[in-house]
Amino acid sequence: MPATRARASPRRAPASAPARRGAKTPAVSGRLVLLVATRKGAWLLHGDARRRDWRLDGPHFLGHTVHHLKLDPRDGRTLLAAARTGHLGPTVFRSCDFGRTWKEAARPPAFEKAADGNGRAVDHTFWLAPSIAAEPQVWYAGTSPQGLFRSDDGGVTWAPFSVINDDPRYRAWFGTVQDGTPDGPKLHSIIVDPRDARHLYFGLSGGGVHESIDGGRSFRPLLGGLQVVEGFDAGTPTFHDPHCIRICPSNPDRLYQQNHCGIYRIDRPSDTWVRIGARMPKRVGDIGFPLVVHPRNHDTAWVFPMDGSDVWPRVSPGGSPAAYVTRNGGRSWQRQDAGFPQAQAWWTVKRQAMTGDALDPVGLYLGTTQGELWMSRDEGARWQCMARHLPEIYAIEVAQVE
Amino acid sequence: MPGSSDAGSTSRRVLIPSSLRSYTASMWVQAQGDTLAEVLRDLDRRYAGLRFRMIDEQDRLRPHMRVFVRGRAVHDLRLALDAGDEVHIVQALSGG
Repeated sequence: MPATRARASPRRAPASAPARRGAKTPAVSGRLVLLVATRKGAWLLHGDARRRDWRLDGPHFLGHTVHHLKLDPRDGRTLLAAARTGHLGPTVFRSCDFGRTWKEAARPPAFEKAADGNGRAVDHTFWLAPSIAAEPQVWYAGTSPQGLFRSDDGGVTWAPFSVINDDPRYRAWFGTVQDGTPDGPKLHSIIVDPRDARHLYFGLSGGGVHESIDGGRSFRPLLGGLQVVEGFDAGTPTFHDPHCIRICPSNPDRLYQQNHCGIYRIDRPSDTWVRIGARMPKRVGDIGFPLVVHPRNHDTAWVFPMDGSDVWPRVSPGGSPAAYVTRNGGRSWQRQDAGFPQAQAWWTVKRQAMTGDALDPVGLYLGTTQGELWMSRDEGARWQCMARHLPEIYAIEVAQVE
Repeated sequence: MPGSSDAGSTSRRVLIPSSLRSYTASMWVQAQGDTLAEVLRDLDRRYAGLRFRMIDEQDRLRPHMRVFVRGRAVHDLRLALDAGDEVHIVQALSGG
């Protein structure tokens, strides 16, 4: 697609979050932008540094399924969108002016062509991850079906990366559409160690957590301590289903994980995950998709539990949405539902649709399967609705910009 | 693809579905080629990125993407085209 302008003019959010009396004002400069990827297009919410006034801009790519929208924190301006429609193939769009104009990637993520005619085709790019400042032009992308791709030019051209796309072991561990995730198996949670660009992690739904210490030349499973559905062999990566993995910015040796089978923490160099979700209330359980880590405190993390009982309804447990926070590395959890509907609210939050800013106190943001945006300016103590009536929200990211 | 717009290949009319007009800006365009594959390569040269939205990296037509020549559905990109043939690209829209 040639460079295009977003058609809709910016407008106010339907329900701008009002200031809370006595709320601590974060000591920051700059402003915030919330990047909202939905099943029917993308929106940007521009907010002031105090997180009080928000302006909704969009839709961008109306009718496209946008799986992820990510701003490059290294330059504060390169914005990538992973998009497709129900009928057109997957691509990546790029903007350097916050969506005023977009240009399509010259070569979007695509597998190598197989000589035997049985090669895989990318259905959609699911996850976008910029590398670290030491590699200013490098981005990674994870796709469905599972593939790992890399761009060395800021997202303009993409190529298959690493051995895993064609490695027979990984191909077996990927499983098939028959094995899992409703709209296709996914490679997600691509993490670059902020201290060392050669140290990488990613998650496979299904297929487990994997790590490279040689810049992606080789990967190995990192599955110690992770449980699988009863009756399956925990030694086989195929049966593992990490939903979301996050590394702690304040301590990159610590990662948290929301898995199909619970919430976990790992402290490297240990190779064993610890099921910290065991301390969640039994009536809620520790199944869910998103997970958010605190920008400065490695003992604090948030989850948003989902009903994973019997037929997996994939709604908030009991119809009562709530975040849960731990402030001690998972030894205990506190419910955070103030402001959310207390009953008969059957939405939930997808794995990419909850995030936090870097302000103090931390602001939390989530997008629901029913198209609502919610925020908390006080680390989850109180929630407010920012926007309603958007399409089903797939992913949100927040960025601080000058 | 080398040769697809060589002198001597035939220029022909191509009907573009609404979903791909963000690339072409019009319903009818001209493209050169003596096979369907050549026409699609030439289209991509003129309208960068269009081909991958309708043909995957294994050279398979994507689901819901249909191509008609002389009123008949075409599934083989190697189809040889006659001088006056138009290529009609149509999207079988469905879903919600």
